[in-house]
Amino acid sequence: MLEYPKIVAELSAELVTFTQGRVEIGEDTDLLGDLNLDSLQVMNLLLHVEDRFDVSIPVNILPDVRTVKDLALQIELLTREA
Amino acid sequence: MGLFDKFQKLAAARRDLAALGIDPFGVEIERIISPTEGVIHGRRTILAGTNNYLGLTFHPECIAAAHRALDDQGTGTTGSRMANGSYSGHRRLEEELAAFYGMRDAIVFSTGYQANLGTLAGLTGAGDVVLLDADCHASIYDGCRLAGAEVIRFRHNNPEDLAKRMRRLGARAAETLIVVEGIYSMLGDRAPLKEIVDVKRELGGYLLVDEAHSLGVLGDRGCGLAEELGVLADADFIVGTFSKSLGGAGGFCVSDLPELDLVRYSSRPYIFTASPSPATIASTRRALSILAAGRDLRARLRENYLRLHAGLTALGYTLGAPPSPVIAVVLRDRVEALQFWSQLLARGVYVNLMLPPATPDGVSLIRCSVSAAHTAEQIDAVCAAFAELRAAAGIGAVECGAGA
Repeated sequence: MLEYPKIVAELSAELVTFTQGRVEIGEDTDLLGDLNLDSLQVMNLLLHVEDRFDVSIPVNILPDVRTVKDLALQIELLTREA
Repeated sequence: MGLFDKFQKLAAARRDLAALGIDPFGVEIERIISPTEGVIHGRRTILAGTNNYLGLTFHPECIAAAHRALDDQGTGTTGSRMANGSYSGHRRLEEELAAFYGMRDAIVFSTGYQANLGTLAGLTGAGDVVLLDADCHASIYDGCRLAGAEVIRFRHNNPEDLAKRMRRLGARAAETLIVVEGIYSMLGDRAPLKEIVDVKRELGGYLLVDEAHSLGVLGDRGCGLAEELGVLADADFIVGTFSKSLGGAGGFCVSDLPELDLVRYSSRPYIFTASPSPATIASTRRALSILAAGRDLRARLRENYLRLHAGLTALGYTLGAPPSPVIAVVLRDRVEALQFWSQLLARGVYVNLMLPPATPDGVSLIRCSVSAAHTAEQIDAVCAAFAELRAAAGIGAVECGAGA
């Protein structure tokens, strides 16, 4: 299981790469609004995030994921189950 | 938030199009002349964006069969098969589809969209896992959503990524449903089905192949990609549509598994909708028998799509995939694609405009679909229109994408 702060740090690093450093990333960063990503781009971002954490994130949870914090909590849950 | 607030973005996008004087999503074909010609904006136009792969929409035998059914059985069935009864044509078509694929049984649905919706929602539910190719059609995503199953995407056409995700599932992998398409509708690329079957053989699971764009197009008998690659026996479920190569409307799922018949009873898109009309069933049955009877239409289709693919390649266009009846031209951006589409129409060529987020990786595409009914002259006329646009200000001069 990965610790939450470590997940947020790694997730932020991934997002910085994905957005080419255009946006400052924090726990409360809104994936759609702040990063200006459409739903398909979020799904493609998740493919990278999944590789980094070695988890599969079900598409079903996406409606509950708005911020970096929401995503980090889901990853924490998935790595705990693994 | 108001009920209609969410439409503001759509309304703005539509205003932008109107300002350009382009209405790509509201085209009216004022008169349909043949499978490959119509009248649009008062002008005789070559239809190269129809999915009418075998050109059977005007086949005299299909039309005669539909006429007879209309006269004998009336205009509609007025209800669902579960509640109001099946007509004998529904069952005969299911038997004929099963025989065509050499499988035990088939279920007929009222549209192709509902075939995926009904099969996925009938087959899977809460607690099940569906692994789907990231580029799968919206009907597959929607079917999974209706089912309430856990949905995991794997990278498009990437069997290693599928295997990785199946391994993560551990013991659950053996009961998952893997979903891929024979030919993907946006770029026209094919699934690496042999390699996906290898993953299934190693790690378990069931395989569903959507052959909507490959039925009547690929395979010696025209069954689709699974037949062409010799892995039909490994496809547990094949889904397809009547609206493309068969020139009707409706869809089906065929399987050798005895459980398919039970799917009917758990499939809301099968139970709670009116069954296909007698005329639709009759023309579809006739079209299926024409498709099954010979290879001539497939051969003509292949000749045509090879001709268009070669023509566009020679002009220097970047195409989405190796030759198939779906030929996608990759353009630089949304604005270029819009202008391109509009200028092709002004030259008497109707194709499809495909923009993000409907397209993979945010590309803007001009999508042509080729028919066995196109003449060589029509294909050449389409190429000539593309050539004129190429000459004008280097439009379409994009240097990226998969190429072919």
